[in-house]
Amino acid sequence: MSVVEDGTLKSPKRPMRLFRNPMAKLASIPMILTAVVVFMGGTLWTVVYSFTGSRLLPKLNWVGLDQYERLWDTPRWLISISNLALYGACSLVLTLTIGFFLAALLDRKIRFESAFRTIFLYPFALSFVVTGIAWQWILNPDFGMESLVQGWGWESFRFDPLNDPDTVMFGLLIAGIWQGSGLIMCIMLAGLRGIDEDIWKAARVDGIGTVKTYIRIIIPMMRPVFVTALVLIASGIIKLYDLVVAQTNGGPGISSEVPAKYVIEYMFRAQNLGQGFAASTMMLVSVIIILIPWAYLEFGGKKNA
Amino acid sequence: MKLTTKLLAATAIMSASAVSAVELEVTHWWTSGGEAAAVGKFADAWNATGNTWVDGAIAGSGGTARPIIISRILGGDPMAATQLNHGRQAEELIEAGMMLDLTDVAEAGGWTDIVNPSSLLDSCTLDGKIYCVPVNIHSAQWLWLSHDAYEKAGLDVPADWNEFVASAAALDAAGVVPLAMGQQGWQQNLAFGAITIAVAGLDAWRDVTVNKNADTARGPEYTAVFEAVANARELARDSNVQDWNQATNMVITGMAGAQLMGDWAQGEFSVAGQIEGQDYSCLPGLGLNAILDTGGDAFYFPVNDDPEITAAQKELAALLISPEVQVSFNLAKGSLPVRGDIDMAAANGCMQKGLGILADGGILPSGDQSLSADTQTQIEDLMAEFWSGDMPAADAQARYADLIASAD
Repeated sequence: MSVVEDGTLKSPKRPMRLFRNPMAKLASIPMILTAVVVFMGGTLWTVVYSFTGSRLLPKLNWVGLDQYERLWDTPRWLISISNLALYGACSLVLTLTIGFFLAALLDRKIRFESAFRTIFLYPFALSFVVTGIAWQWILNPDFGMESLVQGWGWESFRFDPLNDPDTVMFGLLIAGIWQGSGLIMCIMLAGLRGIDEDIWKAARVDGIGTVKTYIRIIIPMMRPVFVTALVLIASGIIKLYDLVVAQTNGGPGISSEVPAKYVIEYMFRAQNLGQGFAASTMMLVSVIIILIPWAYLEFGGKKNA
Repeated sequence: MKLTTKLLAATAIMSASAVSAVELEVTHWWTSGGEAAAVGKFADAWNATGNTWVDGAIAGSGGTARPIIISRILGGDPMAATQLNHGRQAEELIEAGMMLDLTDVAEAGGWTDIVNPSSLLDSCTLDGKIYCVPVNIHSAQWLWLSHDAYEKAGLDVPADWNEFVASAAALDAAGVVPLAMGQQGWQQNLAFGAITIAVAGLDAWRDVTVNKNADTARGPEYTAVFEAVANARELARDSNVQDWNQATNMVITGMAGAQLMGDWAQGEFSVAGQIEGQDYSCLPGLGLNAILDTGGDAFYFPVNDDPEITAAQKELAALLISPEVQVSFNLAKGSLPVRGDIDMAAANGCMQKGLGILADGGILPSGDQSLSADTQTQIEDLMAEFWSGDMPAADAQARYADLIASAD
């Protein structure tokens, strides 16, 4: 590559780095502007206005940390946070496990692989709203799963997670995992297919069992795939909103509220922008707290290696 | 460039001649059967004047529609007219100069004399100028009772809230859910408000809601309120429907004994072909205090650059409050008219009761008129938490008082 480059750039004055590949740079200007103005600018604007007492319209009347004090005094916000933590932890572990497990099963060269793949991936084609409503019906005790099983003769069967404040988050979790694990399975399957056949042959020659090969050899080799899956799942968790709105609307009571819903409702329904901005800033801060150490480990560590 | 100018001029001339009748886009969230019929009366009346009503119905409740309406106004794409609940929802939009001043229309129509109760016009008024047209009155303090359910329990239909509470055990024994309650914050808040006025009385209510006196909210009157609400929570324990009309349906079918809901529940009973006094009863003010609040709907007219549209907006404003339109609209909607000088003989028993209370002056401002949307949302959240769980009445009272203390 360098030979070619040297051949073409024989002129004594090399052009400035900035002007190399001008077309590519020109083409990326809209995206750069979007990133800087819309994402960064919008984020900064939100953070700034979270220190104001803005109600329906944004105004610069500073109130210091009042919005944050009120936020952390609000039971609904605290419940939202703990709900998201519970949902996030369970969803992360279960989606990864189930996704990998399904992918590993499909990778065993079973018959009708593409049929199964399609079936598992189908839920992902549905929006969260459809998923939420479908599972609301399935979990409804009067005409869903509970009445179906009772109709089979198991009269004492009880399965009503959505109407119990203690279990409602698991009702949401079922729907979320059903919807999301298909995609993770596909990504994992792609990762598994990328593993060289010779690795398997070598493992077989050494007499290592299938399960052990997966855990000890294949999974460590699939690290980039896991990182991709992790990012996808994590972003899905933090923006959890439409599923809740469709399936429980935060109920019963406020026991399945999530932070994103708090932000939307205080910004628009309660007409209190300042409070909504404070909540969304806290969401940003929590993402940063998780992201920075991870990014440091993932990217910062490589320089030393 | 010249060609463009010519084309523009031609277009302007053509559009000016084509629009002899003005098209006004009107947004609202009246989408259920009875509501759509009612808004149709407005549209018919407006179309009859030779103008065109462009219907901009937004599905979903006010909570869904309001953000859409407000963001359209803020985003510089205002509709010609929009429904909002009168009260403090549009306060900041008016302050920002985004709503049309209707004072001249109001003076020409003599609104200050005809609007009853006058508080409706007060909540359209800011700094002495009028910015909205009240079109109807809805009140929330109604107890709806199923005669069918009381027949099953072998009891007479109660005449007030206390009798209803006393009859609850018998209803329960007859396999009837005593109180139907949709599991949504606003419904639980509505029930709380209705019970407050019945139990604590008007003075304590006014002191807390209008004067925002947190000490009264901590006092014995409100302790009684929260105990009554905690009791009602137990009566509604087996009611796990969501929407208010599903809860009303429990009363219609006799699965539940009663429901606390606003006068709009009337429409559901009518649609189901039920007759007041025979299949169901209604108790305004829960039968204890003959007092109704006077929330309701009003139309606002966002400021428009086009003088033609502005003129049409004022014409529409005058039309909405005219006697014939008020009668036909409110009969279809099941709500009470905003003017006291019209004949509502066609109204049914429940509406007549409401009109009677209104004529006697048993009125109070609605929560929408006294509390900001922010405080309302916080109270709704508290009520949602209280009704769905086991929070002790005393805790709920303390938290409620804190919210009142910080309310603005």
